[in-house]
Amino acid sequence: MEDFGEKFVQVGVALAVFAAVIGLIMLLVDRAPKSFRDKATIIGFLAPAAVLLAVGLVGPAVQTTLLAFTNSSGEPNGLDNFAWMFTQPEALVTLRNTLLWVVLVPLLSTAVGLAYAVFIDRARGEKALKALVFMPMAISMVGAGVIWRFVYAYRGGEQDQIGLLNQLLVWVGGEPKQFLLDAPENTFFLIAVMIWIQTGFAMVILSAAIKGIPMEIVEAARLDGASPWQQFRSITVPSIRGALIVVVTTITIGTLKVFDIVRTMTAGNFETSVIANEMYTQAFRADEPGRGAALALVLFLMVLPVVVYNARQLKKQREIR
Amino acid sequence: MSAIPADPAAATATITEEAVEAPRPPLPRRVKQRLTSRGATAAAIIIATLWTIPTFGLLVSSFRPEDSIQDSGWWTFLGDFQFTLANYADVLASGRSSSPNLGQYFINSLAIVIPATIFPLVIASMAAYIFAWGRFRGKDTLFIFVFALQIVPLQMALIPLLSLFINLKIGEFQLLPAGSYAQLWIAHTIFALPLAIFLLHNFISEIPNEVIEAARVDGAGHATIFWRIILPLSVPAIASFGIFQFLWVWNDLLVALVFSGGTADVAPITQRLAELTGTRGNEWHRLTAGAFISMIIPLAVFFGLQRYFVRGLLAGGLKG
Repeated sequence: MEDFGEKFVQVGVALAVFAAVIGLIMLLVDRAPKSFRDKATIIGFLAPAAVLLAVGLVGPAVQTTLLAFTNSSGEPNGLDNFAWMFTQPEALVTLRNTLLWVVLVPLLSTAVGLAYAVFIDRARGEKALKALVFMPMAISMVGAGVIWRFVYAYRGGEQDQIGLLNQLLVWVGGEPKQFLLDAPENTFFLIAVMIWIQTGFAMVILSAAIKGIPMEIVEAARLDGASPWQQFRSITVPSIRGALIVVVTTITIGTLKVFDIVRTMTAGNFETSVIANEMYTQAFRADEPGRGAALALVLFLMVLPVVVYNARQLKKQREIR
Repeated sequence: MSAIPADPAAATATITEEAVEAPRPPLPRRVKQRLTSRGATAAAIIIATLWTIPTFGLLVSSFRPEDSIQDSGWWTFLGDFQFTLANYADVLASGRSSSPNLGQYFINSLAIVIPATIFPLVIASMAAYIFAWGRFRGKDTLFIFVFALQIVPLQMALIPLLSLFINLKIGEFQLLPAGSYAQLWIAHTIFALPLAIFLLHNFISEIPNEVIEAARVDGAGHATIFWRIILPLSVPAIASFGIFQFLWVWNDLLVALVFSGGTADVAPITQRLAELTGTRGNEWHRLTAGAFISMIIPLAVFFGLQRYFVRGLLAGGLKG
């Protein structure tokens, strides 16, 4: 327990130092000569953020870009890292997996989330039903990784299974299977975890959008004798188009950067690696910072158009409102 | 100049507000019946069950004795009811060096998350205040630049930032030694700033001009206005972002792996748990209990502050 105390002393000291720095800025700003006071305020208030962002984000991003064109000993090697990425089999598997993730996760999470949102709309206990599906969003992806490794747990055929999925296989008369080891289908079992997490996000936003559809339109369609499916296709989906796009793009961005799930469940072995995981492995485990930087750069270039599109959509939605 | 600043916070806040609070006028009974048809209800229950069972299985297992976990599936627990807290005691104990020692790591998580939430909130509020109320040339351009920084994935910064921390020395004295909380606090603060500044700016710029003018007439300086007026009025935005940042840091693995050094002195619980799945992937009595210990705080936040949580989460969709 003395450990506990010591750690919180560290936190206390950090908070005190931080308070002192901020306090000093406030003092200087307030005591500055009148003619200079506005300028001093602007500089003093912006400086902490500006320094941190310049030194900790902008500078490093530029350095990473340059690093992408160097080899493991830091000498320039032109496009070698990118040639590696797009020709070597193990790197190509990483790219293929990333594509699979980025197609399947947004599509399926949004589809299931939308279906669920429609099904429980105005049902009894809607709030509780929502919380059940939304809960995975709150826990860490590491925690989710443990939860699903347990679902996929494997025992030899003669033993009792302890993983639910293998038990289901045995119940229907199949052979237990090493879900996380057998490539290439193991990637799909990892993707399922991300879908499990993201469906709740899709459901919450889409459910809110569905509640925003004017009741008169729905009533009118019903009076015209539209079936539930017709209502869904011709009214619900077009009315929530903007929310759908935001959901799909947001999940796409999250999926492109997925790291924890792969790290926790397979560490990228057995042909399950994705870009963000490979970036970490190359840069911090394999001592290949050049390759790691190149992967980070490719990740940035993949995220870029999606983010821009997403920002545009959000802006449009806001204007309509 | 306002071409880019789309406003996820405001856009989504309105959506959620409706979802969470606004009760809809009651519908005629006939309409209600048609909407909740039997098939839809059945499908919803199936999805809800599918989504809950994995977590439920883990929870049940964490209370079963080690031998039972290894020999039989958790679904047999009703026929063969056993209950023990031994798994939790085992993972929390710090006796032997080989034990999971999760209590220590749990404290580390707390020690990391508190400053890593407070620092960016204060620094971002100050910057946001200037972006909202300051007057200087190039302000809009600078603000858009900060906004645009959100699209830089943190992977782009990791390698150089780590070597920067290592090389930051005064003489022989290393300012931010490896294996200290300081690297994590600063890294998390940096990565939080673009989104935090953007969201808080949107909120602070909506504060009525008269409030601030009145204070100025009374002779209040910027520092006073900031602490006495701006911050108290911004509490809703600060709370939403604060909760999001808190959970983001608590659940983080990547930043921890790069900057913590991985020892029981510094590493957060997520990192330890990830490590255990790698080295002791079959010690399910430990993994199940450990996973739940790491989830207690997020789940408490989720069920206790769901409204703020949703809002913060939606606003934070672009982070990372």
